Amino acid sequence: MNASAEVIAAGTRGGDTFLGRRVTPLTRRRLDNFRANRRGFWSLWVFLAVFGVTLFAEFIANDRPLLIRYDGAFYVPVLYNYAETVFGGDFPTEADYRDPHVIGLITAKGWMVWSLIPFSYGTITNAPGPFPAPPSRTDWLGTDDLGRDVLARLIYGFRISVLFGLVLTAISAAIGVIAGAVQGYFGGAIDLLFQRFIEVWSGMPQLYLLIILATFVQPNFWTLLGLLLLFSWMELVGVVRAEVLRARNLDYVRAARALGLSEGAILFRHVLPNAMVATVTFLPFIISGSVTILTALDFLGFGLPPGSPSLGEMLSQGKANLQAPWLGITAFCVLAAMLTLLMFIFEAVRDSFDPRKVGS
Amino acid sequence: MSLLEVRDLSVTFAGWRNAPAVEAVRGISFSLDRGETLALVGESGSGKSVTALSVLQLLPYPAAAHTPESSIQFAGEELVGAAPTRLREVRGNRIAMVFQEPMTSLNPLHTLEKQIAETLLIHKHMPAAAARVRTLELLHLVGLRDAESRLGAYPHQLSGGQRQRVMIAMAIANEPDILIADEPTTALDVTIQAQILDLMRELRDRLGMALLLITHDLAIVRHMADRTCVMTQGEIVESGPTGEIFARPKHAYTRRLLAAEPQGRVKPADPAAPLLVEGENVKVWFPIRRGVLRRVAGHIKAVDGVSLAVRAGTTLGVVGESGSGKTTLGLALLRLLDAEGGIRFDGRDIAGEPQKRLRPLRREMQVVFQDPYSSLSPRLSIAQIVGEGLRVHHIGAGQAERRRLVETALVEVGLDPAAADRYPHEFSGGQRQRVAIARALVLKPRFIVLDEPTSALDMSVQAQIVDLLRELQARYRLAYLFISHDLKVVRALAHEILVMKDGQIVERGNTEQVMTAPDHPYTKALMAAAFDLAAVSTETA
Repeated sequence: MNASAEVIAAGTRGGDTFLGRRVTPLTRRRLDNFRANRRGFWSLWVFLAVFGVTLFAEFIANDRPLLIRYDGAFYVPVLYNYAETVFGGDFPTEADYRDPHVIGLITAKGWMVWSLIPFSYGTITNAPGPFPAPPSRTDWLGTDDLGRDVLARLIYGFRISVLFGLVLTAISAAIGVIAGAVQGYFGGAIDLLFQRFIEVWSGMPQLYLLIILATFVQPNFWTLLGLLLLFSWMELVGVVRAEVLRARNLDYVRAARALGLSEGAILFRHVLPNAMVATVTFLPFIISGSVTILTALDFLGFGLPPGSPSLGEMLSQGKANLQAPWLGITAFCVLAAMLTLLMFIFEAVRDSFDPRKVGS
Repeated sequence: MSLLEVRDLSVTFAGWRNAPAVEAVRGISFSLDRGETLALVGESGSGKSVTALSVLQLLPYPAAAHTPESSIQFAGEELVGAAPTRLREVRGNRIAMVFQEPMTSLNPLHTLEKQIAETLLIHKHMPAAAARVRTLELLHLVGLRDAESRLGAYPHQLSGGQRQRVMIAMAIANEPDILIADEPTTALDVTIQAQILDLMRELRDRLGMALLLITHDLAIVRHMADRTCVMTQGEIVESGPTGEIFARPKHAYTRRLLAAEPQGRVKPADPAAPLLVEGENVKVWFPIRRGVLRRVAGHIKAVDGVSLAVRAGTTLGVVGESGSGKTTLGLALLRLLDAEGGIRFDGRDIAGEPQKRLRPLRREMQVVFQDPYSSLSPRLSIAQIVGEGLRVHHIGAGQAERRRLVETALVEVGLDPAAADRYPHEFSGGQRQRVAIARALVLKPRFIVLDEPTSALDMSVQAQIVDLLRELQARYRLAYLFISHDLKVVRALAHEILVMKDGQIVERGNTEQVMTAPDHPYTKALMAAAFDLAAVSTETA
């Protein structure tokens, strides 16, 4: 009681803000609870830093220079395409900035600024073969069996995996929570029909379906997302439905009905928030599942089109090239670190939403 | 040397994370002799249950800790810090315990025979056949009818009172020296309560046990205990022979506790007040479905043809035991449950109205539930909970105005408006119940259904809530439908009462008249159970 009183005192201290927004003492306490879980708090920062950096992958690992000064003018190849003729070359096609001839042309009349890693995910490095080449001063983590820089592919692969996982989780959680809530709250025939549908639907062999569809359409980010969504939304339905079934007969729901709230308002304001702890507890498993499912599909070769940067493809290369351990070890370490960080973060999120816990 | 000697017992619970440690019990001492009943009486949070659990060393160590000078001597043997094997020999064998909640303290997956025989098998190493004979004997001893046929029954097949008898049979199976009863009758109906108390006293005398009775109910203490220790905030503030404590309480807290029983009567009602709520032949039948086709095979008649009328500014009390349909009736009148029959509010027939058309009317009729722990959403702040109705009914322009109305309502029910941004779990039961009342009150309703609003609360808090309700009724001319099994509270609040049994009204009339001269045999039994306890104890006091 004392501790919470302090939190409240701290919360009401005039004009409490978080990230420039005014927050209620309740939000403040959630934030404090989150912060009290040191491990989760630091995991969030580490993850955000890594994810933030990889979001700007084009500026970190690219085979085009960030900035060119040529003949008194500035050029930004990282954003725009320029023909080779612009720099006094022979071809009207796009300039290849790694070509010694083009480099010579540009440096004769100006200079170039390169990104930290001068390779994109598809760039063939000029490391001496045979590929995969071991780590060197130019390729810090070596190259894969086609001579592409592992670090560059890692940065792009991490970005696409995390984005895919987050988008898939967000959409399937939204659908799952709403479907579960509707079933649990209205019960009866709706519940019965929906449950039978889910039973039939979840009986579909997901992987076979993906493999078969992969022969008709070339899968890309969005088609894969759509296909996986067809099945992944069901994961949360059971949990939310059970919580809502329990909550809908509690006294505070009756009280809300007695206040004259509409059914929808009761569902979204009273029942759902109380079903959220179970949902939030379940989310980390879904996120890590979504992140790894793309990796798994790539590993099997049914994922993103060939040439795309992907952690799964790197893993399968590592498996095929056991003599080149930098491939397998890199992919494994990145996957393990990413999943561990996500787990720690969500553990802290769950703590912060628990109304019984009082921040210290 | 007494059988049980507790000296300077302290219990400290380590705080969560950096929160300060909580001293639940602070240096209490008492002793208990064979054949004697000692009552530990106090309100919730006073440390009485923790004391009982310390005797058996059943606290969650090491989160809980005793100070070095704490000592619990049982027949000369120190129990604090005793070896776990030794403690297991004592528990359930020499010292046994009966818990408050008979619904959850029996294992739902075991038959009665298995549960009772377990202690015999563990402590006495009795052969199975002998254990069966002894089990039957015990069930007879605790007065369970048809004991033979009940041996294979599961807990859910028994009523609350029967379960508590089984709990007692388990506790006395090894003829313990001490029986600790932690609120043994709190979860039971009044008539059952009287029977269980009689049973415990009889067993104490027959088996020569010492009885440590933990309760908040002063009537039970007066009725049962030889000596009494009054506990508050982890300390024993007064102890002595029960009669003396009741006759001449020395400590201020004891005096306050004794004065806390709901007192006073309502002001007589205005007989010309207009009828506000009328129910005519109200029926709530729940269908029982059987078979593959789920055909309706019969009905549970929760409310079976009840007619009533509540006038503005008056209270109609509804009394009856659990399962009599009181709560169902209240919910049906508010149209929170589907019911047959006529229901009129302020002259308007609302029985057939669809829920949507009822919503504007919800402002006028409100409800306060029994359990203040489940009736407030744990995720909303007090301001959000109380302000919700305002938002829905578009009362008050803008946030600031609503906030002001919420704060006014909180002040009205005796809460600090600064608490508005806190969550329900930071409040005690009594404070939560005030929040629930504020939620109803802020809409300025004309009719409130009060469903056992005081029964989850401590005695002194009960009295405060009753005073508050009376005061609010006088100020706003509220009509109450007051549902309760506690006849003392009903007497302090209701103008008229209905006595319900199995969904029907068995008696109705003016409160004083029904209480003093009950007509129906069931009403007579109910009054006897509720007030005889008190009547007997006034003789001993």
